[in-house]
Amino acid sequence: MAKAVLMQGNQACAEGAITAGARFFAGYPITPSTEVAELLAKRLPQVGGTFIQMEDEIAGMAAVIGSSIAGTKSLTATSGPGFSLKQELIGYASIAEVPCVIVNVQRTGPSTGQPTSPAQGDVMQARWGSHGDRGVIALSPSSVPETFTLTIDAFNLAEKYRTPVILLLDEIIGHMREKFVMPDSIQQMIINRKKPTLPPSEFLPYKPDEDGVPPMPAYGDGYRFHTTGLVHDYTGFPTGSNAVTNEVIDRLHSKITKNIDDIMKYEEFNLDDAEIAVVAFGGTARSAYAAIESARAQGIRAGLFRPITIWPAPEKQLLRLADKVKAVIVAEMNHGQYVKEVRQIINGKTQVVSLAKWNNEPITPSEMLASIQAIR
Amino acid sequence: MENLLAKYYRPRLPHMWCPGCGNGIVTACVARAIDKLQLDQDKTAIVSGIGCSSRASGYLNFDSLHTAHGRAIPFATGVKLTKPEHNVIVLTGDGDATAIGGNHFIHAARRNINLTVVVYNNSIYGMTGGQYSPLTPHMSMATTAPYGNVDRPFDLYELAKGAGATFIARATTYHATLLTDLIAKAISHKGFAIVEAVSACPISFGRQNKMGGPAKMMKWQKDHAVMVEAMAKLDQTQIEGKFPIGVLYQGEGPEYVTEYQKVIQRAMGSGK
Repeated sequence: MAKAVLMQGNQACAEGAITAGARFFAGYPITPSTEVAELLAKRLPQVGGTFIQMEDEIAGMAAVIGSSIAGTKSLTATSGPGFSLKQELIGYASIAEVPCVIVNVQRTGPSTGQPTSPAQGDVMQARWGSHGDRGVIALSPSSVPETFTLTIDAFNLAEKYRTPVILLLDEIIGHMREKFVMPDSIQQMIINRKKPTLPPSEFLPYKPDEDGVPPMPAYGDGYRFHTTGLVHDYTGFPTGSNAVTNEVIDRLHSKITKNIDDIMKYEEFNLDDAEIAVVAFGGTARSAYAAIESARAQGIRAGLFRPITIWPAPEKQLLRLADKVKAVIVAEMNHGQYVKEVRQIINGKTQVVSLAKWNNEPITPSEMLASIQAIR
Repeated sequence: MENLLAKYYRPRLPHMWCPGCGNGIVTACVARAIDKLQLDQDKTAIVSGIGCSSRASGYLNFDSLHTAHGRAIPFATGVKLTKPEHNVIVLTGDGDATAIGGNHFIHAARRNINLTVVVYNNSIYGMTGGQYSPLTPHMSMATTAPYGNVDRPFDLYELAKGAGATFIARATTYHATLLTDLIAKAISHKGFAIVEAVSACPISFGRQNKMGGPAKMMKWQKDHAVMVEAMAKLDQTQIEGKFPIGVLYQGEGPEYVTEYQKVIQRAMGSGK
């Protein structure tokens, strides 16, 4: 029986990364994510891994990609301004199909904003922050134990689908402390990237398998493969071909959309008979449980839909929800971002209400209750 | 050269560089230096940035990484720390290394991490068509300096030295044998090693500055480069407008990857 300990969200993230098999971290100090770096500076060399504090956020992202291409699971952690700086290279990791995890502990923005305050203002940046078109996976945990398991999930998805995965924490989750018990048989959960089965003479580095994902050799395996941020064909070398461009950009989306059921994680709370659904994720979802219980005590049938995978958006689940509730309330700590995605998915099938708050304070259960009560 | 081609180049030629460009010469010097040292081809990685010269990584038959503009050195840092036993060679241009990548350049030098960086210095942004870089000479013409470049250029040697690089060398494409030799020395050096390869861009720099075509630009290199040992014996008037080539500096210092291996040993010894 594993011992219960008191653990911080950022620490759960660092420990989850080690458990997932990450052996390389490169980053730059930034509030409120710095604990992830500090803890990994101590923990990684203990397991034979490497930590490096780089000269800036961009360099941190670059070193993480270089390390992953060479053959090691790698991550970086940052917050708002740093997340903005890393965007170009997150796009590089997308087109070059480099598995890696980017932890963004959200704080109030734009710019330096409110460095020590929670926010969820980077939801859209996680999806659209880098230029050009690509599919994106972003996960958002709502508790310390979930931060641990979701960090492992983030690595598993990155490895399985050869893509950068954004772990979108917020300052509430990153800095809160909760009881943590190490889950049993955790090692069975670990997924590693597919290695080539063909010899180097026959291997095409960017030819996808059935699942849309090409196998990935490491440096020194004898494949002498080329990686570039330019559009490239199966050989990995750049091409100006319109047909190849069409296929490559489409596959960056389709390898995620066609595996969406494997990628999609969510929680439903009291939704079976619900007339009103609150949609909330990350730290905001924590207030929803209490609000829903208060509403139910007053005879209002409310429930929670909590996307854990926030990108790709839970389209199928939201449409199912729209068929049975009279209103969906999207609660988020920003000026109203995810609500736009929910609205375009639900497309008028039911009423969609925004409960947005951007003043550094969490949305309280009583504010959520008031929003539920206001639905007629 | 045919053996070199078959062994170290991918069957992707002809390359995309303009006629008269010096990038092919510098790249061949890199291949010759690797051959001279008989490096294990599967334990050597070529990392480049963005720009004309950075396309070299795609032509060479190694694990190769064509990164983003300015970021070759931090990508290479990740590679080197992950594969400490591999030779990691960075091929970069003057704009890539010293403008957008300037911060990475000085910090890698400060760490004295065991990377070999070959800066193809053609004094201009070639791929975008002739804009001034931090190594474009003062008052040279550039498409973004139509009245002459008022920027003062970096001295790459002084920059690298000040930042902590422990091997600094320079040659030109005219002095290709020397350049090969210096790249081999740089690869053998344990620490951050930089080789500035002075190269001609007849199309985007030469034409704007009336340099007279590829052959004349190489003649300019011959006439203006002086071996560093010979230069020391000349007086001020004789070295006016000249620049030194050869090994400009070689020192010693703790190397980053080796030092970090010691960190791992200490951390593993202490346990959790």
